[in-house]
Amino acid sequence: MRVMAQLAMVMNLDKCIGCHTCSVTCKQAWTNRAGTEYVWFNNVETRPGQGYPRTYQDQEKWKGGWELNARGRLKLKAGGRLKKLFSIFANPLMPSIQDYYEPWTYDYDRLFSAPMQADTPVARPRSLITGEPTKISWSANWDDNLAGGPELAPSDPVLRKVSDQVKLDFENAFMFYLPRICEHCLNPSCASSCPSGAIYKRSEDGIVLVDQDRCRGWRMCVTGCPYKKVYFNHRTGKAEKCTFCFPRVEVGLPTVCSETCVGRLRYIGIILYDADRVTEAASVADDKALFEAQKSVMLDPHDPAVISAARAAGIPEDWLEAARRSPIHKLIFEYGVALPLHPEYRTMPMVWYIPPLSPVVDVLSGTGHDGEDAGNLFGAIDALRIPVGYLAELFTAGDPEPVRAVLRRLAAMRSYMRRLNLGQEADESIAAAVGMTGQGVEDMHRLLALAPYAERY
Amino acid sequence: MAGMDGPVDDALLRLGRHLRAGTVSDDLRTLHQIGGRQADAFYRDRWSHDKVVRSTHGVNCTGSCSWKVYVKDGIITWESQQTDYPSVGGDRPEYEPRGCPRGAAFSWYTYSPTRVRFPYARGVLVEMYREAKARLGDPVAAWAEVTADPDKRRRYQSARGKGGLVRVTWDEATEMIAAAHVHTIKAYGPDRVAGFSPIPAMSMVSHASGARFVSLVGGTMLSFYDWYADLPVASPQVFGDQTDVPESADWWDAAYLMLWGSNVPVTRTPDAHYMTEARYRGQKVVVVTPDYSDATKFADEWLAPHPGTDGALAMAMGHVILKEFFVDRQVPYFVDYVKRHSDLPFLVRLREHPESGAYVPDKFLTAADLGEEGQEAAFKTVLLDAVTGEPVVPNGSLGFRYSEEGQGRWNLDLGGVDPALTLNDGEGRPAVAVALPRFDQGGGDGVALRGVPVRQVAGCLVTTVFDLMLAQYGVGREDLPGRWPSSYDDGSAPYTPAWQEAVTGVPAAKAVKIAREFARNAEESGGRSMIIMGAGTNHWFHSDTIYRSFLALTTLTGCQGVNGGGWAHYVGQEKCRPVTGWAQMAFGLDWSRPPRQMIGTAFWYLHTDQWRYDTYDAGAVSSPLGGGAFAGKAAADLLSASARMGWMPSYPTFDRNPLELAEEAAASGQEAGPYIASQVASGELGFACEDPDAPANWPRVLTVWRANLLGSSAKGNEYFLRHLLGADSSLRATEAAPEHRPDDVRWRQDAPQGKLDLLLSLDFRMTSTTLFSDIVLPAATWYEKHDLSSTDMHPFVHAFSPAIDPPWQTRTDFAAFTAIARAFSTLAATHLGVRKDLVAVPLLHDTPDELATPGGVVRDWRAEGRTPVPGRDFPKIVTVERDYGAVAQKMAALGPLLDRLGTTTKGLTYDVSGEIGRLGRLNGTVRGGVADGRPSLARDVDMCETILALSGTTNGHLAAQGFATLGRRTGTSFDGLADEHKQITFADTQARPVPVTTSPEWSGSETGGRRYSAFTINVEHRKPWHTLTGRQHFFLDHDWIHEVGEALPVYRPPLNMTALFGEPGIGESGGQGLDGITVRYLTPHSKWSIHSEYQDNLLMLTLSRGGPNIWMSPADAARAGIRDNDWVEAVNRNGVVVARAIVSHRMPAGTVYMYHAQERVVDVPKSEISGKRGGIHNSLTRLMIKPTHLIGGYAQLSFAFNYLGPTGNQRDEVTVIRRRNQEVDY
Repeated sequence: MRVMAQLAMVMNLDKCIGCHTCSVTCKQAWTNRAGTEYVWFNNVETRPGQGYPRTYQDQEKWKGGWELNARGRLKLKAGGRLKKLFSIFANPLMPSIQDYYEPWTYDYDRLFSAPMQADTPVARPRSLITGEPTKISWSANWDDNLAGGPELAPSDPVLRKVSDQVKLDFENAFMFYLPRICEHCLNPSCASSCPSGAIYKRSEDGIVLVDQDRCRGWRMCVTGCPYKKVYFNHRTGKAEKCTFCFPRVEVGLPTVCSETCVGRLRYIGIILYDADRVTEAASVADDKALFEAQKSVMLDPHDPAVISAARAAGIPEDWLEAARRSPIHKLIFEYGVALPLHPEYRTMPMVWYIPPLSPVVDVLSGTGHDGEDAGNLFGAIDALRIPVGYLAELFTAGDPEPVRAVLRRLAAMRSYMRRLNLGQEADESIAAAVGMTGQGVEDMHRLLALAPYAERY
Repeated sequence: MAGMDGPVDDALLRLGRHLRAGTVSDDLRTLHQIGGRQADAFYRDRWSHDKVVRSTHGVNCTGSCSWKVYVKDGIITWESQQTDYPSVGGDRPEYEPRGCPRGAAFSWYTYSPTRVRFPYARGVLVEMYREAKARLGDPVAAWAEVTADPDKRRRYQSARGKGGLVRVTWDEATEMIAAAHVHTIKAYGPDRVAGFSPIPAMSMVSHASGARFVSLVGGTMLSFYDWYADLPVASPQVFGDQTDVPESADWWDAAYLMLWGSNVPVTRTPDAHYMTEARYRGQKVVVVTPDYSDATKFADEWLAPHPGTDGALAMAMGHVILKEFFVDRQVPYFVDYVKRHSDLPFLVRLREHPESGAYVPDKFLTAADLGEEGQEAAFKTVLLDAVTGEPVVPNGSLGFRYSEEGQGRWNLDLGGVDPALTLNDGEGRPAVAVALPRFDQGGGDGVALRGVPVRQVAGCLVTTVFDLMLAQYGVGREDLPGRWPSSYDDGSAPYTPAWQEAVTGVPAAKAVKIAREFARNAEESGGRSMIIMGAGTNHWFHSDTIYRSFLALTTLTGCQGVNGGGWAHYVGQEKCRPVTGWAQMAFGLDWSRPPRQMIGTAFWYLHTDQWRYDTYDAGAVSSPLGGGAFAGKAAADLLSASARMGWMPSYPTFDRNPLELAEEAAASGQEAGPYIASQVASGELGFACEDPDAPANWPRVLTVWRANLLGSSAKGNEYFLRHLLGADSSLRATEAAPEHRPDDVRWRQDAPQGKLDLLLSLDFRMTSTTLFSDIVLPAATWYEKHDLSSTDMHPFVHAFSPAIDPPWQTRTDFAAFTAIARAFSTLAATHLGVRKDLVAVPLLHDTPDELATPGGVVRDWRAEGRTPVPGRDFPKIVTVERDYGAVAQKMAALGPLLDRLGTTTKGLTYDVSGEIGRLGRLNGTVRGGVADGRPSLARDVDMCETILALSGTTNGHLAAQGFATLGRRTGTSFDGLADEHKQITFADTQARPVPVTTSPEWSGSETGGRRYSAFTINVEHRKPWHTLTGRQHFFLDHDWIHEVGEALPVYRPPLNMTALFGEPGIGESGGQGLDGITVRYLTPHSKWSIHSEYQDNLLMLTLSRGGPNIWMSPADAARAGIRDNDWVEAVNRNGVVVARAIVSHRMPAGTVYMYHAQERVVDVPKSEISGKRGGIHNSLTRLMIKPTHLIGGYAQLSFAFNYLGPTGNQRDEVTVIRRRNQEVDY
């Protein structure tokens, strides 16, 4: 056992209001400068939708992440290092600027400088790439709030996998938001893709960074990252990515995106994991087993054996204490409500998500499916507007059961707490039905609902 | 064995291990590195900063979020939310962090290319002014000449909005502004000067500094809350209160939460978490919205009524609640609540209605009907004691509020009386059929006949409001005459669930289910069912009826005045918690009273000449049972009637300069009031509103700050451009035919174009308003000034502090108006001197003026040929002295009137002499001049300090004093509510958001750290509501309310624009040679802006579609041949919009959204149809005045600023939408 510490994040999508405050504060703090106009270390996607850059989840097209080769060994999906070396000057698997979007500005100055003329002055859009007038046809968030939209949804790679379950019409409309940062993976394919060895994972906290001195701008990392969270700064010619706000977290502040999350849905904490078992776990054959495999790499911070091994590995006491109090560990293990994003990419992402509940489709409510009614709580899960299958394609490589289990726990919490809310007796059977105790449900409620600042981070 | 992909790769990697620092994992998978991280330096540098300053955004939103502004090397770098709000108790989520993406993008403006850095003026105007001034030697004479010469006037007015701005100096700009004010006051009167700046709570000092200048010169401040259509007129009607609502942390207390026409994640972003989190506590969330909105994601149930039909759904829910919780079964909690806190047990006289052969509800039975003497007797309402069967005059009605013998009796104490809710006591009580209007049947409105139990009291046939409610809602009981629905499934008559299904499209069973759950939850939780109601239901012409049907649900179920229950109206008007101090500053009440305060909608309606385009009869909104009071009238006629009866304010008031009228009145030897009344009665003197197109009656100077009128709120934008400004417009409407023109308002053959001499705006960015302004002053941003912020969404007051000094030549609003006042005073000292000004004041709410109209019986002195009596059926006439040379001195000092008159808020007067002494010590005192020895207001921080010192919410001593005063009137005790020792200073608010204390300025309590919810003081301390009965009103008995058939909650559908204006019907093709499809046109609030602010912000544009757009359904898009991101044009009689289409199935067919305040500055091409620049979202709307909003002088239906007035509603509109040529031209 080689214990390492990892900073990890959980986002509760059930609380996400899609406001993009995280995107803006991150952009303002980190990437509002020449060369990174198009770069959003943090972005928020409306699902269904194509995402940013568009269709990035289509790994048949973009070849990000890992796959298993014929011998069951991990292999970069875009090809091994040899292949990389040969194609280093012509990497065809890069999203073009149009796949992100062509950043623009406006001729605001016209509003002042227009001479007396026939019409009201107006600021026209102008490309920040070419400097020429432009017609805006794509943006960092083009499919915002579309719930798909008839022209754009068919290209959503996730939706395509479950299209038989989904009807895109008014009565069945659904949408939710997916905020994304770098996953700071345990098995980062960006780092492995880098011919210069410029991408490294910090030993003490697992933050994945690009060494700005060493980066030679080959951009293999852009290809290698299946989440498309490494960007190319076209001014400096170097790769840049989310830093997990290391200058902040080093002094005890949460990341910008977390602290400014007005939905209060982000949690940051320490996870201990066994670095010796990462490769093995990332190599399990069945995609659907990757979720549990990744969990198996993470260690129980209360386990004396883990603690002594961690001490031996030089992890300080306050980090161990933080690992024991980690909201991330609680959400993944104690409450079991957090899931990884696309475990099938085999990068072992460390930004996990609580999937969203959603209203029951109208046509079914007449049959007694009722969100807060304990009696038919579980039947209602499959009647939710957001198809479980869609969520499963995001979080569990298509396996609906773990998603169902999470949604049931959330629903059970609502049902259990409603009784307390109305001054009625607690009903342990509700908690028991989802494998929890009433006390456990109340603790989970505190973390998810009250979400005190000191306990979120 | 697991490992990397192959041996050759491994070899390559092993080689690499030796070439770099750091540790490669044994399996060669990843690289770890410790130390030597110089490569990180860039990000560390990037994060470093010199200081962090607390400020906020004074945008017109309810946010009031406290922010950290980061500064490095004297440059603002970015912002992030503060997280240091004091705890709300630990039993619920805290307020941190509060903020949204718009606020987070604000610092972009500081150095953006749209920043106004210098004063600008319209070049052609400046040239003419300079030339005239050089020739005439006097700024005022120069201004007079340029604005009076028709050719010169035309030259600069027609250039408005067409570029040609030039830089000028502050001195020259303020001189021109001063000259314009002086000339206007001299030539036309001070009431021809107007100021527009909304929502003081968002930045109290910035608002007050300009409003103080306007008020001290005798100018008119225009209302905004009613003008924005954010004022729910139902609130004064039902509660006798402007708006008072729970803070967002109180959503947590709700066990059942309906979001009705309110898209909380978008429009209340910082607060939305209370909703998402309360669900985890088992709160059920129901969303009612026509589209699949952001909020719908969080709903347990989604109801999607057709736009504007929400009232029908609410009426059906009321039907279910009345039937199941009041008739079939009585819930003790509900019954007790409505007996105590609503007008349901009060007796209403019935009147025979020969045309229908039935009775109609008439007026409340009062003590006057029982034979009691005195003026107040007509304002004491009567109920029956269920035990004795005798009529009782309970405490608490308006008749007890001001009278001598009412002292100690204005309370809700029922003594031993058990009010009878119904006269149906099961002993074969007589009953009669009443005729009730219905408006749901397309062609021709109908009447429902339904019986109520009755009895004779003092010779009057009466029933109770409760019995009338059951009749109105169609809830039958045995042995009552009339036609009643047979069941919920009977869709033939209002207001059954099946009936609403046909109207709204919401399944009947769903309406029943939600109604039942809502009420059952209230029963189980003691009133913790809440409705968050938003602009989606509040911006309609008939929104007051929609809201009254909502409020019926919350009052019937005992939810008002309960934490976690009741209405939660969050549409505009953040709560200015230190309201009293702000009001003294803003209206100069420390120097002269009364100020001129005008209903914005009427002002714009008249002076943009929208009244000339009313092609319908005001009687179109009348009830089939009405007396025809509006028949043949125009809305402008009703406006003039309201003005001449003293109901609503009307500025400019008379067709003469009030300074000259004051001299004339003085010369007459009579008192001013009777003199003016007789002059008006004889026809010697007219109201300006009766001839708004006469040049003498035009508003001449308009100052807009903290606002973007022409890019945002200007309903009928093209009418503004054409008539108010004389600029180009895309107006396509035709004027009213002679038979639809007003009788009492003069029709001049040619409508004026270009009424305003000067449009002045102060802003930090270029907007649709600055583009059309004659002078633009460069304003400091929110990060460059001191100010105060509060909101209804949280209980804190906190500060703006400058992160940097105002850069370039920008100035704070405080500094700008100080400069204007100085320039003005210099010119005014010689041109104007000391003058008497004659102010016409309407009958005011929370004063004995409310007693002016017994029974709400309208007696128009003109129709009756009488001379009116000021203060009774005519405005009060008050003479005010104005020392025009001393305006700047008065601006900068706290005036002496406070010593004598104190402050008054909502009818309670406070002695503030102690506070004045303290302010003198804190701020220092003035030496010399008219303000010698007075506390200084020379700096913005002085004004902050003064606002906090003079308000009960921030000065517990005053709050306690106010409660003691109130207790003497009510005869009850409010001891312990106020924190007497709390005294918040400006420095406190700079350090951290500070919770306010409970004060009688508001109706709820924060005492003991509880969350604020409206009316808890009323419910818990038996304090009356400020209404006729002292209770919440279901029934309104004013003549004009009866005329429109809205005495009781009623469903009124959206206006029929085809019938009123000849627009094509929804779903039809364009007509008039236009292709495309006709749709309902709605303008909800945007995710990417707060009103017009941020819509031009590059970050927000990058995160959205980069320019104006219109959302539509795939079905409508297909019919019009439109694809996603196509350029489209939306066109109706009011104007043209060019935008891009967004096609999504989350939109219902038949309706498009153009999100609010997408204006013409960014990516707006020219229109194919007009050939001119495409318009703003309000280019397709216009004003329509609802007559009942003009009622005044009667109990809670009395004017107060931003409390009552006609709304600038805009939701009933339709438009044709069509695909245009995709090659656009700028």
